[in-house]
Parts: sequence; structure tokens; C-alpha cells
Amino acid sequence: MAAADLDIQYVAHLARLDLTPDEEARFSAQLGRILDYIAQLRELSVDGIEPTAHAVPLVNVTRPDEVRPSMPTRAALRNAPAQANDLFLVPKIVE
Amino acid sequence: MIPPSRPTMWNTLTISDLAARLGRREVSAREALQACLDRIDQVDGRLHAFLSLDRADALAQADEADARRARGESADQPLLGIPIALKDILAVRGQPLGCASKILHGFISPYDATVVEKLKAAGAVVFGRVNMDEFAMGSSTENSAFGRTGNPWDLDRIPGGSSGGSAAAVAADECLAALGSDTGGSIRQPAALCGCVGLKPTYGLVSRYGLVAFASSLDQIGPFTRSVRDAALVLHAISGHDPRDSTSLPEPAIDCAAAIHGDLRGIKLGLPREYRIEGIDPEVKSAVDAAVRQLESLGAEILEVSLPHTQYAVATYYIIATAEASANLARYDGVRYGLRIDGDDPIEMYARTRGAGFGPEVKRRIILGTYVLSSGYYDAYYLRAQKVRTLIRQDFLRAFEQVDALVTPTTPTAAFRAGEKVDNPLQMYLCDIFTIPCNLAGICGLSLPCGFTREPRLPIGLQILGPPMGERTLFKVAHAYEQATSWHRQKPPIQ
Repeated sequence: MAAADLDIQYVAHLARLDLTPDEEARFSAQLGRILDYIAQLRELSVDGIEPTAHAVPLVNVTRPDEVRPSMPTRAALRNAPAQANDLFLVPKIVE
Repeated sequence: MIPPSRPTMWNTLTISDLAARLGRREVSAREALQACLDRIDQVDGRLHAFLSLDRADALAQADEADARRARGESADQPLLGIPIALKDILAVRGQPLGCASKILHGFISPYDATVVEKLKAAGAVVFGRVNMDEFAMGSSTENSAFGRTGNPWDLDRIPGGSSGGSAAAVAADECLAALGSDTGGSIRQPAALCGCVGLKPTYGLVSRYGLVAFASSLDQIGPFTRSVRDAALVLHAISGHDPRDSTSLPEPAIDCAAAIHGDLRGIKLGLPREYRIEGIDPEVKSAVDAAVRQLESLGAEILEVSLPHTQYAVATYYIIATAEASANLARYDGVRYGLRIDGDDPIEMYARTRGAGFGPEVKRRIILGTYVLSSGYYDAYYLRAQKVRTLIRQDFLRAFEQVDALVTPTTPTAAFRAGEKVDNPLQMYLCDIFTIPCNLAGICGLSLPCGFTREPRLPIGLQILGPPMGERTLFKVAHAYEQATSWHRQKPPIQ
């Protein structure tokens, strides 16, 4: 059974994730069962409950605004799939 | 203490024991490490806990530890010469970091994680990359892109996950301790299934700097060890405030050694009635019941408590964890590091790279997380889950007004067979039913051995949950139980 309103091709596009037709079919069925399970949360009344984004919230965490050395360019580029002139190379974005 | 029968047995000791012997110069750090490397050579071809291992680097660290001790520099270095392995999700400068994923192919860390800096400062020999579920997503280590890890008690079974390599390596005596990470049980569940001690510290107690992010509001780093005292030693070394992690608690490193003594008189332990579910294996239930009686005989007062929203924890977790993961894993796009599959434009390159680089479970979770955050579904799923998270956290805080700690099984069953749940992700998720609520609430939890199933003989884990910053109570309770039992001294049959 596929998830009623999970359009897997649309969501995969949002996630910038290529799926094979086989993956689309398999994941749709599996995610359908998972969403059915998740639907039990609708039983609960959550009116007036504050959401928790973090269990141990710390607010306004700051540090002194001091200039410190950062990672050298060469170290930052060490893992680059493609690079030139101390820059990451990517496919053309603007025609 | 009984001396090891032959020098190659240094790898089987606890940290406390090896540290004492290193201090007395009975053994050198190099010999201790060599015993671990010999053990790895002996068993890891079948166990497959290690993804990679830089022997020259490890031996150099061991020699440096011996040199420091010879110079009299062993003070303030409680882990001097202790070999500790790392889950493949923690950054070590100049070493590979892959999260057991093809998408990080060839990645070399440009810096040390804070926990790695701290372990090295404490003198530890930090070595190896141990296996895991890809990006820590899984409960069996079968989601590694580089093959599964076996359970040292039965190689046909899973070691748990996601930190299955860490648990298997410690249980099989390939190292003295290991670090893992726990987002929904990924330390406690494999520790239970492999028969070692595993700690998920209070959220924020251990810096996440240099830990590859899966679900940032849930992830914590913690130790795997062969004794409760060893877990306290490693926690002391790796905890404490870190300005490089803005979620790091403004607390100093936590030393629980002083709490580890005595009986349990005056301690109140709660049994959550909602954890008595159907589907729990009878042998697990009877082992945990016996452990509770043991704790009572050690002086603890046992009370029943209620965590009324327990049944909603797994659903809540799979919304929040996947939502956070979908955002955190957006960075793997082929631009700055790792795998790149070329495309005619950047969007095509991202989608191809991610399609080729991620395994099935990671893809499923990215899809689910993207969906629950997407326009039109955010309130129904993500916001609602965050509110249920509040209810789950409140359950625990109320329970801790009545009791000092909670006692539960770590897992509903012992280790299952490899392949048994790979096609049923929901069933796999339900393995974590007892460990997930702790992460949602941000509290601390520890698993330690409390028995074995009969046939086959597989370890069973006891989980102790404590309030935020309640690690001292966890260690006190766990240590008292451990000293009264012999489960932790049992060794797996792998030879």
C-alpha cells in the first residue's frame, strides 16, 4: 500500500535525490506503512502544549567576537572532488 | 587480580586493570596495543568490526605514551596508553571519516573532534574506524555500505546498531573501550546485544564538535566498555563544556568515581508500567525481573511509575529524527567533498550524487524527513511531534520527582538473525522502543549486562535511566549491580 498523499517523485525532487523506479515503488510501500504507524499521534490532544525543539535548550549562546585563525584554504579544499585556483569547481549555474 | 595467562591477553582487561598494570610497568602501551592488533588479526576477518586501521599511527601513539610515562608525565593522564577505538562518525585529523557511506568516499578529516582531542590529552591511544549503520541510521549495522558486523556471541546474528562495530570490538576484546554515538539507542542497544556497558550521556554533557550530525537535537557521543567503572573513566575524559558546540552544557567534566561505591540504601528505583509490553521476550523479561530483585536486595526501594506517553515515542522519534536528518544530510551534494557524479547543472549533479552515494535506509529517511517538513504537512507531522516530545519529556521529569532512576530492559529481545528485519523498516524501528524516549527527553541512560538467553546463549541488557545530569546515580546503581553479579565477566565464544 502506498502512502495516500506522499508523492514520492515530488518529495525526492525536493530532497535532490535520484531514485530508481524500483526504489520509488519499494520506498512508497514501506513509507506508507511507517506513516500509518505515525498516524497514531493524531489520537493525542496537543492543544496548548509548547513544542520542544531541543530537550536541553540553551539560549543566546555567544562567544567573544575575536578574530581567530580559520581552516587554511588548502585544508578546506583537500577533499574537493574538483578544484582550481583555490576554489571548488561546480557545473555552470548561469548561462 | 589474576594475572593474564599469556602476554597476548592484555587486550582482555578492563581499563582500570590495564591502567594499573601500565602504571606498575608490568606491560608497556606498545605491548597492550599489540595485543589488541593481534586479536584483530585473529578474529576481525570473521567479525568485521573494523572498517580500517592505521597501525603505524596507533603504534606511534603507543610509543609516545610509553615515552611520556618514562619521562614521568603520567599524572593527569588517566588513560595513558589505553587503546580506544572510534566509530566511523568521529573526526580524527588526517584519518578517513566515512560514516560507513559511499558518499564520503576518500574523505580525510581536516581536524580532531573535541572528544578525540580530549582522549588524546588524557593519554589514550585512539585508533581504528569501527563499523556502523550508514550515517548512524539503523539498529543492526546491516546498513553499512561496507558489509555487516557479526555479533561476537553468534556471528550469524547482528551486533545491534547503529554503533555495532564499537560494541562488537569491545565485546570481542579488540580494544579496551570504544566511542559511539546514540541518537535513539545506538549505544545502549548494541551494548545490550553484545554484552558490554554502554552510556548515552545527558544531552549536552559531551561536545558534538567533530561528530557527523544525524539528528542534532538527539545525538550524543558516549563510551562502550567492559565495566561500569571504565565507562565513568571515559566519560570523565570526554565530557565538559566546549565553546565549539553551542548546545554544550556550561558544566565541567563529570567525575563519577566518587559515586561508585556502597550499596543502594536510600535509592528509589522506578519501574515504568508502560514498558511492560507484549512482544518482550520471556527470557529478557525474567532476566530483568531478576535484576530488579537483585537491586532490591542491595537496598534499593522499588516503585512502579508511569510514563503515560511511552507508546508515542517511536512515532515521534521517526518524525523528528528524519526531519533533522533531511536537513543535516543536505550537505552531501558533491560540491565540497566526497563522491561526485557529474551533471549538466548543479541540481542534476546533486541528485545524481545523492542517488548514487546514499544507501536505501538513508534515502528512506531523507524522503520521510523531507515530507514531514514540506509545505502542507509541517504542522500535522513535525510540529505535532515536537509537542508530543514535550509530553514525553514531562513524563520523565515527573517520574524523577518520585524516583532517582528508572530500570527497564534495554531491548525487547536478544540479538536477532542477520537479514531477519532488513525488508521491514518499521519492525526494525520498533527494536528501539525502550531506548528512544531517553533521547527525546535529553536524559541519560546506561545499559549493562544482566543475563543470557539459554539457547543460543546471547547477552541481555538492563537499562538504567537517570534525570538530566544524573550520571552519578546511574553509575552508583549500575556498579552496585555489576559487583553483585558476574555477567560482565563472561566472554563471547569467538576465537
